[in-house]
Parts: sequence; structure tokens; C-alpha cells
Amino acid sequence: MSTIEKAPAKGKTEQKPAVKNISGSVAVLEAFLAEGVSTIFGYPGGAIMPIYDALYDYQEKLRHILVRHEQGGIHAAQGYARSSGDVGVVFATSGPGATNLVTGLADAMIDSTPLVCVTGQVFAHLLGTDAFQETDVINITTPVTKWNYQVTDATEIPAVMAKAFYIARSGRPGPVLIDITKNAQLQKFDYEGYTKCDHVRSYRPAPIVRKEYITEAAKLINEAQKPFVIFGQGVILGKAEKEFIKFIEKAGIPTAWTIMGLSAIPSDHPLNVGMLGMHGNYGPNVLTNECDVLIAIGMRFDDRVTGRLDKYAKQAKVIHLDIDPAEVDKNVKTTVPVWGDCKETLPLLTAQIEQKVYPQWLQKFKDMMKEEEDACITPELNPTTEQMTMGEVMKTLNELTGGNAIIVTDVGQHQMVACRYAKFNQSKSNITSGGLGTMGFGLPAAIGAKVGAPERTTVAIIGDGGFQMTLQELGTIMQAEVDVKILILNNQFLGMVRQWQQLFHDKRYSFVDIQSPDFVQLAKAYNIPGKSINQRADLKSAVSEMLNTKGAYLLEVMVGKENNVFPMVPQGCSVAEIRLK
Amino acid sequence: MKQEFTVTVYTENQIGLLNRIAIMFSRRKINIESLNTSPSEIEGIHRFTIVINELEEVVKKLARQIEKQVEVLKAYYNTNDEIVWQELALYKVPTDEIAEKVKVERLLREYGARAVVIRKDYTVFETTGQREEINKLISVLEPYGLIEFVRSARVAIIKASSGFHSKLKEFEKREPGEEVIENEYLGQGDQVFTM
Repeated sequence: MSTIEKAPAKGKTEQKPAVKNISGSVAVLEAFLAEGVSTIFGYPGGAIMPIYDALYDYQEKLRHILVRHEQGGIHAAQGYARSSGDVGVVFATSGPGATNLVTGLADAMIDSTPLVCVTGQVFAHLLGTDAFQETDVINITTPVTKWNYQVTDATEIPAVMAKAFYIARSGRPGPVLIDITKNAQLQKFDYEGYTKCDHVRSYRPAPIVRKEYITEAAKLINEAQKPFVIFGQGVILGKAEKEFIKFIEKAGIPTAWTIMGLSAIPSDHPLNVGMLGMHGNYGPNVLTNECDVLIAIGMRFDDRVTGRLDKYAKQAKVIHLDIDPAEVDKNVKTTVPVWGDCKETLPLLTAQIEQKVYPQWLQKFKDMMKEEEDACITPELNPTTEQMTMGEVMKTLNELTGGNAIIVTDVGQHQMVACRYAKFNQSKSNITSGGLGTMGFGLPAAIGAKVGAPERTTVAIIGDGGFQMTLQELGTIMQAEVDVKILILNNQFLGMVRQWQQLFHDKRYSFVDIQSPDFVQLAKAYNIPGKSINQRADLKSAVSEMLNTKGAYLLEVMVGKENNVFPMVPQGCSVAEIRLK
Repeated sequence: MKQEFTVTVYTENQIGLLNRIAIMFSRRKINIESLNTSPSEIEGIHRFTIVINELEEVVKKLARQIEKQVEVLKAYYNTNDEIVWQELALYKVPTDEIAEKVKVERLLREYGARAVVIRKDYTVFETTGQREEINKLISVLEPYGLIEFVRSARVAIIKASSGFHSKLKEFEKREPGEEVIENEYLGQGDQVFTM
């Protein structure tokens, strides 16, 4: 028995469209148009052929980008969603097509990225018979989707698609997967038009805002001597950047970010004191254990941010603003929870707080930044070593883009360096795999990011290891002519694992010594121009050439083989035990 | 300290939802002691009754994460003091043995058991009650060649609950619910909010 309710009809004045007899496949595409979808990332196959057949007639209205692997498709859709702030859409076929989506679904689930994935499925009468390319995609994807549903009857499609988009983008966003059997794609039915969904009985996108808690939170903030704001992607997902900046500016509170929140406030904002977490800045980590009121906004206290939990901010009263009630008290005990969408709660809070400044407290962050500069930052950005560092590449990139580019990273040392040193002037500019830490995310996500924000320069910063996980997407860049600048920081190692092996496993370098092909030749095979440099003297001109070349470009920069990312909170240590070397 | 909790979940009646709920437990490596799913007092709304042994802190987080699932309306968790609960058990025993050696009337009276089927070769007794009562009857019947025994999952009524009808009305409204998500500091404002 199914409970997919027909979305309720809107006002009576609306004219009922004439009933048309269409196929399930056409209904899917009509749903996309009604939801404002313009781009689909996908890969065809047997069980999704009817949808692709229908798509043939929709090429004018819907751009389909043919990827080289379904994982590339879903990461591209994630990049698209993150740079555009809209829902990313993916097509894949049944069986292996669907299973190839799993990594991307898990990544989107943990990073709250809105996606609608449509997978083909074998004919309904073959379900459960081990048919060719049949896999139980609903059960495989249940833990990694916000919602999933299998359609076996075309008449369900309009309501199911409406529900899918509504669930994907509302509340705390997430990936939705709709599995459609081939018979339902082919089946013709009387289509009565598309009605957007705005309510699902059993689903509460956002909890009610409890005004008395806002008052309590404001009281704590007003009485605080050393308040500290930490924020995550919730600010970006809630499209609440302006409300957030108004809040911190009135409160005058030093503010640090998680890598998912990065770019929500400009890098040069006077209250921006830097990055939290394992490779974050010195001050924000140490002073987390010194503040008296910790105000966490749209973040989930990931273990990479908190370090050892039983020694995390124990002295502080914690105010936690989050749209997801399950996050409150999950990792860190909250004194005052402020449930709700921060776009709604922040202005209420701002109204109740006093205009303040904390010059001495802020100075403490600055002093510690100075210490960090001497120990870590200066040697990274202005090295005296012969070999180049990742940091100086970022610095050069910042100078040449002016902080206006979208920076997409993969996972590893280069990711931490990029997040630490990239400069940003506008939101939705840092796209990275934060929660899942998916190597291979960078290149396809950059494709999607560029398509989602075509007017912006998009630079993918990728390590030599991660690049080789999804390099087949160079084919997508070639065919779809996506203007992605690919910057490979090559240290000839799986650098982050090597760093840990050096620090915690007596330098026993177990299988981190990775060989690479000639990346420039490889790019050339895909008609993408490129260059490889290993001299500092060539850095600026090479980055400049990359940025100024029309279309995609690959630049490989050879960097020091055994450089480490510091500061670092070693695993099992508290944030106050962060090491500068 | 770990103790027995009964988690009651009101859901839509949707294929695949059992899996979605079950993996919330298996993901945290929590063993489900008993699971019952049935219609609730409201047509179209299903009710899961799940018994686990866990720390209250874990159960609290678990209930919130279950409630977060799109098709779940509400998840409650209760200790055994807060519920009225029963299990049902069936016992199959050889008729000749039992007729000869056991004072059946006494058995029926003492354990509130009922004979459901009486055949020449076997008799099936039924009893409802809590774990200990059911187990006691097993030990009584075991010496007489208990052939088969089966116990149902727990069903439970929450003592303090006023039913789900009014809650459902709230859910059907389009605005966010008035439901208060409890926080341990609520109501202790004076102790917490002074600095």
C-alpha cells in the first residue's frame, strides 16, 4: 500500500490544464521543467532508455551532460547544487549504474546537498528475479538518502517527483533517489498537469522557532565576556549570509568557520578569525577551550572539528542554532538550543542582543595568529626551501583571482591547504567533500560547479592521488566544453596518509608512494591544454596562463614531497593540544 | 546504566520503512530484543513497538534520528514503568502426558493460561503476560515434553499518552508543530542562565 498523496490543488482560480496522454518518461521531464531544472548529469543504459528516448525531444529545454561514470555524474550534480544553491539532478540506469551512485549519495547525505537522482529499474514483473542489471537499489541506498521511493506505476510519477524535489530542498537538504521501473517509464497515462509539493504529513522540514530560547540565548550572549561564534554550512544552505553578518557585526564576536561554512563570510572580514578543526587555525582551536559562551550556528560538531569530545569547550555555555533537532545534544551538550532555520532565527536573535565589541578578546585571536604565522604560515606561503609548497601556489592563485573564483577541492593535504589559505569574497565559493572525505570528488564536482555558476572562474585543486580516481571525467570536460581550470598539486605521495605515517607510524610509508602518468600528455589526449612546472620562477606566469586560457586547462605544480600540513590536532587530543609543528 | 526501553514509532504505512527504521539500530550496533508492527488507533498510521537494552542518552538520540525520517511522524521512548505491556505465548505439549500428569485446571488458573487446541496427540496452551510469567509456564511444562514454544513481540501502551488523533491533526496542518522538543535545561533556567 502506498501513501503517496496527490499534491493538493492550489487556489480555485487556477485553470485546470487539459488532460494529456503522456508516458511516465515524459512526466519525469515535465516535472524537471516545472521545478526549474535546466541541467541533468547522466549516463544512459538499458533500464533508463525510455527516459533517454523522451529526453531526445527535450534537448532544447533540458541540457544533458554525458559524464563518463555515474560517480562522476553525481559528484558533478553535487558541485552544481553547491555553486548554484539549487537541486542537482542525476540520471543513471539500473544495477551498476545505480550502485555507482552510492559514494556520491553518501557524500551528499553527510554534507546535506540537495539532489534528485532518477534511476531506471527492470520491469516491475521482473523485480526480485535477479533479472539482468537488477539490483535492490532502494535498500542499498536507504542509509544514504534523505528519502527514496520506487515507482512501478506511471500515474504516481508527477506526485512522487514533486515530493522528491520538496524533500531534497526543504529543511536540512539531502539526496533523494527515485527508482522507476521500465514499464512505468513506458506506460501512458492521463496527465493532469504538475502541482508542486509544499507539505508532507509525516515530514517537518523545520521545527517551530521557540522564542523563549532566543531570549535565553540573547541573555547569555549579552552577559558573556569571551563569546565565540563557530559556524558551518547551515549559513550557506539557509541562504542566511546577510543575516549572519548582521548578527556577528552587532554582537562584535570573533567568528570561526568549519570547512563546509567557508566562504559564507568574506575572508577579510575583521571578525573572521579563521578555520576550526584538525588543521584549522591555532587561535580558534585553543580559544574554543577558553571562551565562556560558544555560539554554534548551522554546524554539527564533527569529530574533525571538536577533537576529543570530553575535553571540548567544557567551560563554555553552548548555544546551538540548527534546523535539525537531531543535531542538538548529539555530540556536544547544548545549554540553549535554538531550533529553526537560521535565516529566521538569526534576525530574532540579532534584535535582542546588545551592540558590543571585545577588543581584548579579539586581540587574543590576533596574537595567536601571529604565533601561527611565524611557526606555520610564513614558511608555507613564503618558503625558503628549494621545492615549492602548496601554500605558495594558493597564495599566487589568490593574487591572480582576487578571491573571486570558485575553489573546488578534492580530499587530502591539498584540501586542507586550500581551505586554510584560499581567499573568498562571496558565498558558495568553496566546494569540498567535508563529511565523507571522498577522494575523486574534485574533478567532477568542479564540472558541476562551473555549470551551476557559468559566469564564475572555477578552479579545481586536486592532488595527484585523487585526480587519478576520477580522471575519466576529462572526457566530460572535453565533450561538454566545460571551462574548468585544473590545478594538480603533485607531491608524488598520498600525502595525508604519508603525513600520518610519518607522525604516528614511525615513518613506515606503507603504500603511499603513488606513481602518476604524464598529466599534461593525458590532458592533451582530451584536447585540454596544459603545463607542468617545478620551478618557483614559473609559478606566477603559469597560474596566470591557466586563468587566462579560454576553456579548460590543466596545470600541474610539483611541490615538496614530504611537506606536512600544520597546525594539527592529533587524533584523540583536545583542540587545545593543537600542534604547530 | 543500560536498561530496557520501549520505543514506539508512529509512521506512514510505506514499503521499505521497516528497513529504514531497522538500520537506525543496526548502524549503532544495537540489538533489537523485540519488534512489533501493527496498525494504530488511526487508519493508515502504523505503529512500531521496539524493545532494546540501552543507555537513556543513546535512546534519546536514536529517537530523534528515527523521527527525522521523512515517513516517521513521531518516536517516543519509555522505560518499563511508563508503559503497560504484554506479550503472548503459545505452548504445544503432548496431550497424553499432560492429561495424565498435570492438574490442568490448576495450571490454567495459576498461570492464566487457556487451551486453544486440544487434539489426541497434542494440546496448545496460550498465555499473555510479561516475560517472567511466560517463562514460568515454560519451566512448568518443560518436564512434560514441551514440543514447541513461541512468544510474540511486546505490545505496549504508553500510560501518559492521550493518543495520536490530536497529534495527527497538528501534522496535517501546514505550519510547524507546537511540539516541544525536550531539553534537559528547560525549566532549570535559573540555574543555567546566570553567569
